[in-house]
This record gives sequence, structure tokens and C-alpha cells, in this order.
Amino acid sequence: MTHVSLKNLSKIYPGTQMPALDNLSLEIPAGELTALLGPSGCGKTTTMKMIAGLLEPSSGDITFDGKSVLDEKPEDRGAVMVFQNYLLFPYMSVAENIGFGLKMRKADPDQIKKRVGEMLDMVKLPDLGNRKPSELSGGQQQRVALARALIIQPDVLLLDEPLSNLDAHLRLEMRDLIRSLQQEMKITTIFVTHDQEEAVVLADKIALILDGKMKQYDTPQAFYDAPIDEATARFFGSQNFIHGSAKDGIFESSLGKISIPKNIKTGQGALTFRPENIQIQQDGSKDNTFTASVDNIIYLGTQTRLKLKISDVEIDAIVNPREAQGLSIGDQINICLPAEILWKVE
Amino acid sequence: MSTRKNTPLQSLRVLSGIVLITWLVLPLVPLAIWSFAKGWFFPDILPKRWTLNAWEYTFSDTAGVIDSLWITIWISLAATFLSILIGVPAGRALGMYKFKGKELIELLILAPVIVPGIAVVLGIHSVFLFMGLTNTVTGVILVHLIPTLPYMTLVMSGIFANYDAAFEDQARSLGASPLKTFWYVTLPAIMPGIIVGGLFAFLVSWSQYILTLLIGGGRVITLPLLLFNFATSGRNDITGAIGMIYILPGIVILLLTAKHLSGRSGAVGGFGQI
Repeated sequence: MTHVSLKNLSKIYPGTQMPALDNLSLEIPAGELTALLGPSGCGKTTTMKMIAGLLEPSSGDITFDGKSVLDEKPEDRGAVMVFQNYLLFPYMSVAENIGFGLKMRKADPDQIKKRVGEMLDMVKLPDLGNRKPSELSGGQQQRVALARALIIQPDVLLLDEPLSNLDAHLRLEMRDLIRSLQQEMKITTIFVTHDQEEAVVLADKIALILDGKMKQYDTPQAFYDAPIDEATARFFGSQNFIHGSAKDGIFESSLGKISIPKNIKTGQGALTFRPENIQIQQDGSKDNTFTASVDNIIYLGTQTRLKLKISDVEIDAIVNPREAQGLSIGDQINICLPAEILWKVE
Repeated sequence: MSTRKNTPLQSLRVLSGIVLITWLVLPLVPLAIWSFAKGWFFPDILPKRWTLNAWEYTFSDTAGVIDSLWITIWISLAATFLSILIGVPAGRALGMYKFKGKELIELLILAPVIVPGIAVVLGIHSVFLFMGLTNTVTGVILVHLIPTLPYMTLVMSGIFANYDAAFEDQARSLGASPLKTFWYVTLPAIMPGIIVGGLFAFLVSWSQYILTLLIGGGRVITLPLLLFNFATSGRNDITGAIGMIYILPGIVILLLTAKHLSGRSGAVGGFGQI
């Protein structure tokens, strides 16, 4: 198991002014699955390539178990990258693709054959060794790419958008496969994705990168319950912000006084809360209850999204479709924001 | 209905077949006949008497055809090899990367195809004279690169424009050294281009006359030079025999690589620029 550490890592591509990655520092614990999450073009893939040794950082350091690897060539680093589009070598069979890494390490052909067989079983493609990559489905190609990387038992596994090219049911299957293989082999795994859902279902910890800078590095749950700022909360799907200032369990805002948990820090900021935590009330007796007008109702099957307005503040709520039955646009309803769902961002 | 619709297309196909045969195959027929004829005079449709004399002479030591054949093969192979060596990286640069002055470099690479060789070679002759390369096989090989390189480079830039270099990153990441990456990953991907480009380079070098004559200075006698000598001296029978030998590699190479030459192959995409 290898502890990976990124120290003040920056990358400025020649001929550009804006850094693709700006001063990223990150400790990735040995044997864990860590997600680098951020919108397209935020420097995630750049970071992966630098860890893999395929790209040289402009400044900063990368260490595996405390030792800098910057001088090590990609083939000697022990970090293997699996690309988003799999990049199976089209001129080789599936078995030759999987055995490629061992062949490059001059392993004995019989040994390679045996290990390739094991890997094919492991990714549940036992009979496809003689096929050409072009004859496989997307999900199968993804598994071959995974097997090809895992066969050399890398210290660090780097996955570039591992689930994004798969359709919904394959994603779950692949997610389970990646997790179980990673747990079994205890490989320090870093993957990048732009999809917060993908990061949440797969990762032990998530590093959110926005505009080339790291915003927050935390467990998936913390991103929902305690986002660090408005941009982070927005990235995780919250559009609810009430601006004002907090003091002693009370939040002063244009909507009046709102009671908040005592542990929330004093000062200016915005209250935020998950759209799915909002409660619709029949009466206005409870604390933190507001009258809102219904601006829009979007039926999503398993849930219903309500666009609400409390005076001039727009609120996004997700409720059970049965709760939303009978509502129509223009209605006035009572909604409750229990203190325990509230969180203040700077 | 459908057969009626196809009729114009079918007749067009037949017509183009006839044109192709008349232009490409028919001219060779009298050449072949001449090589076996013992005199062939108007108004005879075929020669009255046949002989193998011309072929015997062609393969004899005194004719110098065999020597000339070997030197031609050597020059063409060497020019092809050098074209591949230079054309592959050049094609990669032009096909994959954007850089300042790219259009100018493309134009300069294309220039030998547009500008007549004789205009260029006079200047080169004086440079080669200074360097002691005139009248040598090495000089002839080098000067053949002028017309062969554009073909090689253009074919390779077409190949590399459709090539994903990420495969090389992937191979490196899996533990391949740069050399092994080239051998196992890059080379198989660009092989069709090397075959097609190399074929063109070989045939272009094979059919050079003026460049060989001026730089070789009459010391380096390739097959086309020999052929021209016999053709101008009126020996139609020997000209026919050498001509048959001369067209052989073209036909053989064409048959061997026909599948790479279809319009769908990425390898011929680069010719769109010519």
C-alpha cells in the first residue's frame, strides 16, 4: 500500500497564462479510494497524468510513501492509468492487451498466460480472451482496461472518469466491481470525475477542485451536510441560499429571524440546506416555518421538484410525489426548515 | 425498374474499364511482342519470325542490364528507407501538432511536387559538386529524396491526423519503454501509411530519369537510363525486354499492397493536399 502525497502541485501549459492546476496539495491515504471531482477542464486529468508521470509539473512535488517520484519515468513509477476511452490496443487480442504490462516486464509467457486467465475470471470475462477489442461492448472494454492495469499489481491505480461512458445499470455493476477489486487488492486508487454522483458512490474521500484550486477534501457525506462555500454547495446540487448573519443560534436575514444550531459560527454568510430536507407543513405552528408561493412543479417520477419563493428568495425543494399531489402553480404553502438541516457557508 | 436505373452506371463502368485498359495495358502489348520479335515490319499485324535473342542479350554480362537492375533496386530501396526515416517524424509533426509556420513548411514540402525537378537539380548539382557527391550512388540516392519525401510525408501526416497519441501514454503507463512503445503500439498503427508511402517512394525513385542523369553524371546507370539508351538507338527488341523487367516491381508491389490503396484507407487521405 502506497501513500500518495501531492505538494503544491501546479501546471501551466506552455503558451498559456492561466494555470491548468494551481498549487494543489493533497494527502491520499494508502489503500483508499479517492475521487478528484470537478467540472470539465478544471485540471483533474492534468493531475492524474502528472501522478502517472505522463506530464511534468511546472512546480511542486509528488511523493509515493514519502519519496519523490518526479525523476522516475512513467514505466518505472508503479502508477498505472486507465483512460476514459479505455485505449485498448486495437491490433492485439483481449488476452494480449491484458498481458501487455507483464510482457513489457519480460515475464515468462506461461506465467503471463496463467495470470491473464486469472484476471479474465476476476473481471468476469472468462471466455473472451481471443476476441479483438472492437468486438466487445463498452462495459466489457472497460473491464479489460481494468484487468490490464491490475495485472501488474500497481502501487497506485489511476482511473480517468471510470463510469462516465457506461449506461445506468452498467455503472452500478462497474462501481461494485471497482470497489470490490480495490478492497481486495488494497491498491491506493485515485479517480477523476466531473459527476458528483459518481464520486459519491465510489469514493472514500472526495477532493473537489474548482477553477484549478482545491475547495474541499472530505468524506462524501460532508459535501452534502457541511459544504465549505456556496460554489461547493452548488456543485453538489443545492441552490438554496439565504444571505444574512449568524449570532448565538439566530440567523438574521431578509426573511426575519431563523433559529440555527448553536455550533454555527458567528458572522456574515449564507444559510444553505438540501432541497430534499425541506418539509411541507399543514399549519404554521413550528419554528422556522415560512409561507412560500409555488412557482413551478416538476414531476421526476420518484420525486417531485418544487420551485418556491419566500418573498424574493428562491427556494428549490425536492419532495415525495405524494406530498406534492394536489398542488398547483400559484398556491401558497407552509414550509419548515428545521434547525438541524441548516448550515452556514461563507 | 432497378436494372434500367443502373444501366447508365453500368455502361460508365464498362467505359472506364476500356479506357483503363487502353491507357495502361495496351501500350505494353507491343513492347512485349517486340521483345520476342525478329523484325516486325508494316503491315504485319504480328512479327513473321520469333526469337529469344533480345532476352538472351538482356541477361548477358555485356548488356549491363543485370548490374543496372541491382543498382536501381539498391538506390530505390535506400531512397525509400531514408524517406520513411525522415517522413514518419515529419508526418507526425505536421499531422498532430500545431506550430508557427506550419503552412509554410507544408508548402515547402509540397514544392518539389509542383516545381519541375530540373529547375531544382541545377542548383543542387553545384552544391553536390562542391561536396563531392556528384557521379556517386550516394548522391543519386540523396537527390531522389527530393521527389520521394513529399509523398511519404503527406501520407504519414494523413495517418497521424487520425492517430491518437494517448495510446502511447497508455503503453508507457503500463510499463513500456519509449522504444517498446514505438514497436508495439505506434508502428502497428501507422504501418498502412508506411506501406503506402514507401510504395510511392519506391516507385517514384524507380522511375527517376533526369535527376539520376544529372547527379549520376552518366556513371550511375539505372534502368530508366539504360532503357532510354536502347530506345533512342532504335533497338526495339531489347527496349521491349528491358521494359518488361522495368515494369515488374511496380506490378508486384501494386498487387501486394492493393488492399491498402482503396480510397477508404487512412493512408491515402494525405493525398487530398496534392
